[in-house]
Amino acid sequence: MFLCSHFILTQPVTFLVKHQQRCQEMEFAELIKTPRVDGVVLRRPFLPTVEGTLCLTGHHLILSSRQDNTEELWLLHANIDAIEKRFVGSLGTIIVKCKDLRVIQLDIPGMEECLNIASSIEVLSTLDSVSLMYPFFYRPMFQVIEDGWKSFLPEDAFKDLESMTEEWRLSDVNKDYSVCSSYPPLVAVPKDVDDDTLRKAAAFRHGGRFPVLSYYHKKNGMVMMRSGQPLTGTNGRRCKEDEKLINATLRAGKRGYIIDTRTVSVAQQAKARGGGFESEANYPQWRRIHKAIERSSILQESLIKLVEACNDQSHSMDRWLSKLEASNWQTHVKEILTTACLAAQCIDREGASVLVHGTEGTDSTLQVTSLAQIILDPACRTIQGFQALVEREWLQAGHPFQQRCSQSAYSNSKPRCEAPVFLLFLDCVWQILRQFPCSFQFSQHFLVLLFEHTYASQFGTFMGNSASERSKLNLSQKTVSLWSWVNRPQEVERLSNPLYEANCLVIWPSVAPQSLLLWEGVFLRWKRSSRCLDEAYDEMVHIIQYNNKELQNKVNNLRRQLAQLETEEPLLQTP
Amino acid sequence: MKYIQSSVEQVRLLERFSNKSTSGTLHLTATHLIFVESNNTATTAAQEIWILHHHIASVEKLSLTTSGCPLVIQCRNFRVVHFVVQRERDCHDIYSSLLRLLRPVSYDELYAFSYNPKQNEQQREEGWQLIDLGAEFERMGVPCDRWQLTDVNRDYKICETYPRDLYVPITASKPIIVGSSKFRSKGRFPVLTYFYQEKKAAVCRCSQPLSGFSARCLEDESMLQAISKANHNSRFVYVMDTRPKLNAMANRAAGKGYENEDNYSNIRFQFVGIENIHVMRTSLQKLLEVVGSRFLSVNDYLLGLESCGWLRHVKAVVDAAIFLTKAVTVEGASVLVHCSDGWDRTAQVCSLGALLMDPYYRTIKGFMVLIEKDWISFGHKFADRCDQLDGDPKEVSPVFTQFLECVWQLTEQFPQAFEFSEWLLLQIHEHVHSCQYGNFLANNQRRREELQLGDRTHSLWAFLLREQQNYLNPAYCPTYADTHPVLEPSTLPCHFKFWRNMYHQFDRSMHPRQSVLKNVLTLKESNCQLEDTIKDLETRLQKHGISPPTPDPQASPRDQRILPTRPHSLILGAPLSRKEAQRQQEEEEEEEEVGEEVTECCSDTERTVEGSSGTERKESYSDLQGTYGAKAEPAVVSLEFGVARMTC
Repeated sequence: MFLCSHFILTQPVTFLVKHQQRCQEMEFAELIKTPRVDGVVLRRPFLPTVEGTLCLTGHHLILSSRQDNTEELWLLHANIDAIEKRFVGSLGTIIVKCKDLRVIQLDIPGMEECLNIASSIEVLSTLDSVSLMYPFFYRPMFQVIEDGWKSFLPEDAFKDLESMTEEWRLSDVNKDYSVCSSYPPLVAVPKDVDDDTLRKAAAFRHGGRFPVLSYYHKKNGMVMMRSGQPLTGTNGRRCKEDEKLINATLRAGKRGYIIDTRTVSVAQQAKARGGGFESEANYPQWRRIHKAIERSSILQESLIKLVEACNDQSHSMDRWLSKLEASNWQTHVKEILTTACLAAQCIDREGASVLVHGTEGTDSTLQVTSLAQIILDPACRTIQGFQALVEREWLQAGHPFQQRCSQSAYSNSKPRCEAPVFLLFLDCVWQILRQFPCSFQFSQHFLVLLFEHTYASQFGTFMGNSASERSKLNLSQKTVSLWSWVNRPQEVERLSNPLYEANCLVIWPSVAPQSLLLWEGVFLRWKRSSRCLDEAYDEMVHIIQYNNKELQNKVNNLRRQLAQLETEEPLLQTP
Repeated sequence: MKYIQSSVEQVRLLERFSNKSTSGTLHLTATHLIFVESNNTATTAAQEIWILHHHIASVEKLSLTTSGCPLVIQCRNFRVVHFVVQRERDCHDIYSSLLRLLRPVSYDELYAFSYNPKQNEQQREEGWQLIDLGAEFERMGVPCDRWQLTDVNRDYKICETYPRDLYVPITASKPIIVGSSKFRSKGRFPVLTYFYQEKKAAVCRCSQPLSGFSARCLEDESMLQAISKANHNSRFVYVMDTRPKLNAMANRAAGKGYENEDNYSNIRFQFVGIENIHVMRTSLQKLLEVVGSRFLSVNDYLLGLESCGWLRHVKAVVDAAIFLTKAVTVEGASVLVHCSDGWDRTAQVCSLGALLMDPYYRTIKGFMVLIEKDWISFGHKFADRCDQLDGDPKEVSPVFTQFLECVWQLTEQFPQAFEFSEWLLLQIHEHVHSCQYGNFLANNQRRREELQLGDRTHSLWAFLLREQQNYLNPAYCPTYADTHPVLEPSTLPCHFKFWRNMYHQFDRSMHPRQSVLKNVLTLKESNCQLEDTIKDLETRLQKHGISPPTPDPQASPRDQRILPTRPHSLILGAPLSRKEAQRQQEEEEEEEEVGEEVTECCSDTERTVEGSSGTERKESYSDLQGTYGAKAEPAVVSLEFGVARMTC
């Protein structure tokens, strides 16, 4: 069930050749020294080996056995994180480590061929030029029913808000991205605050990220906002407009909470670099709570260690547990979930509004605001709603996907800005999903799919680092949206959770270490034969569908038939 | 018997992993300690906790606090309850009563002899006949031309911890058996426990030889020779010593030890390194300490998991079983398994190996047979290991619990292979310690016969089989056995997980709030009911002269089934969802039974905002009611309820 259909497809060989020709006409030709090699053997754990022809195209590594019934391997170069070469005599072996954490082995006869293939892969998988990325070349082979680029416009989201409250307005102060380069053109702000105040507040916040609305809690009218850190610096600068802006969100006599995702000491240190936090003196109506979500570079290190632990073949339990512990991954999961629960608790239980920020407000801040919404808002637990959440709280909110996801856990190159921030968010969602298996419309397949597409994709959705970059690249015109693919009926069906039962309540997850699990669907996905787990899952789906569809219908039909007969011939009724 | 029936009011029950508490009344009966929550709202059922005295491992009275006198009770089913009793005198009374109650000195005091479900004598007797080990050996294809039933132990003369009926190679004569038994610790000579028909390979078990540094015994050597000869597939027999080599060597100084390969022709000797009962006991204690601490960090949790070594031990047992399975099924060799006395590690490895080799043992009935054979009849010392009577604390060890956990780890790896769900494992674990049924009482068959358990107590198997519906694994695929007769589990450490549902079974805050298992089971049952309804409607239609459309071959006729009520359990998650309730409504009458939805619960006080008033629980957890076993027989209990209250 995990084999993602767009990586491994069964295609006629003629198509393959055509595809290859098309690509070779393009600028990639010079990068591909050996476009094809016969007699290549593909080895993957728990799957039969395949022997066939290896073809390199501008964007894919393709292995075709040229037999009708065996699958072909289509691997996006962009999905390749690192490769290793080995030689035994003239037989070369390339070990391909993918960003989705899969590791495959290609045995290539011929030293020269092997070296050529390896160097081409290396170059093609690390192309810097955005315009050469696959999404610009990809033509959908499915019918686009609904254009994903138009599915989740801020204007539409705001219409929902308008139906609930009149206290907010949509401001276009950032229409040319000049106030904040990582914000979208339209943001929701308190009605009473004018654009000029916003501009001044933006100047006081990291990256110009002035406080904006993230979530409106319908139940009690409380809100969650997010921003970058205030630029108080060492001498405690203040900004009246900033204070006015966030105070405008408080009801008379109410206090709010500021959740700073950093520890007190990290926040203190930030002052030296011009950053800082809201002081009690200047923000008397707000109570500040510090949490300890790590910065992105530490998260990347954690991912690398975790994946290494999962790949350890030593069969030693102690080694595994100590490596798992040393990776700190589960600690990050717990910390993020705990902070999100805290935010949700402030809003739902304390009846208070909340402002969330860390340093930039593009990473840990978004983890917290988006997870809090999963906890609080049943709409975010639907397939459409979750897409809207990702669109709103991650894409529009300016999470730098391209920087964060350019390398994954195997990369040898020195990490620059890479960090599994979004993957950690998905992991946290999975934890909640495990604890409330009937409250989500989607299954973990959806989360795995999103993980894959953030790292390598034929769709343009996760390209660029912000709304402004995406609009400059003209992605909505030149590429296909992932949502266009996901929202087709067959894909929706595949991603659906058969146990889903709309649950309108707030769902509070347990964050005890014993309740948190390692996300096997991602981290142990290639470590075991998933076949028996898949079959068990299918059996479960079958039981549910048999009930819902077949039997219920049959009973209803029979009842109707009987009722009809009984009204027609009342005398014959059973005593 | 003043201490037997009493009640104390205004007792507070503290939640283990949060700062919440409930207040209620504590009742002490002859068999149970019962906590009943004072019912403050009429809408929700009062929470009840029933604790069987036999389940109590320890009672601790902590020093007096301003709010009262704390009483901490640790149970063998890993429930930990923390009461605060207002008056110290009441607390002391309960404490001392419990101390006297929880240490029975003779078997007659055990609950099994007074437990009386509504059942007639015939049903009770039938319960004991459900499992027939003679038939089980026949199922394996024994006796056959190479293995026979021997009557040497008919009167427990050769080995009093073995059963009466034993299977040995046809070529092993009585003098060989007697000689071999004298050379084996506690007389536990090599006997057949599982026969792998396909390759005619045998799994045999025994205790360690009394070899010391140099002693040898020709009869014992002939015995192993006979086992080897009974298998034409392989020239040699594997001898698996399940102990670490160091332990086995140390035993030599005491005149025991292990087989010398030079003296035995055609054996292959192998240590597999499972630690002894003392290491296991300490390991589990450490594990429970780790996971029992409040505000546990992830790092401390993982470090604790590592340093307690529990999962390492579990993996060692599974590894040994895999070794056994490979030797038998792949090489077709016979294997002799032993440890020191051959009733702890040997039982674990033989039974787990059989579970991997034979799909029958993965069914509910087969699993019972397996436990009956390798654990009960071959003399695993349940009374000592589970501390049934006041005895030597050094003899107590979670060997059987560990076996159940190994099985659970396998069910996680092969979700379709087992007919039962983890709920059956938990239920068996519960009753191994409850002493409510006769099956696990005493240390061996001989003692059980003396106690006349078959005449005086009830059988757990009968009870479990009656409730089979509850223990089914909805993903079970009977044809899985055809494609995977032998299971080949992964032994990568990352596939061994902490068994939360066992060790935190009673800690509400740890569990998923909704259970897939329960939901799918309920749906599956609902499917059966719908099929019945369809049948019923079709017959009614027939009376109107309309024959049903061509009968669906899939919908095989089913008996009128009476479904047992689903036990309320934390691991089964929240109560029925609304849709199910509606569905039932539709089908039955206008039963006003709308299942409660999951409600919120903030489990982690770290999340509670400083200075806030805390969070009140909006209660709709109806799944917190007493233990399953206790619920099964309210008649007995309600009698005791009426009796006098404490007079102090």
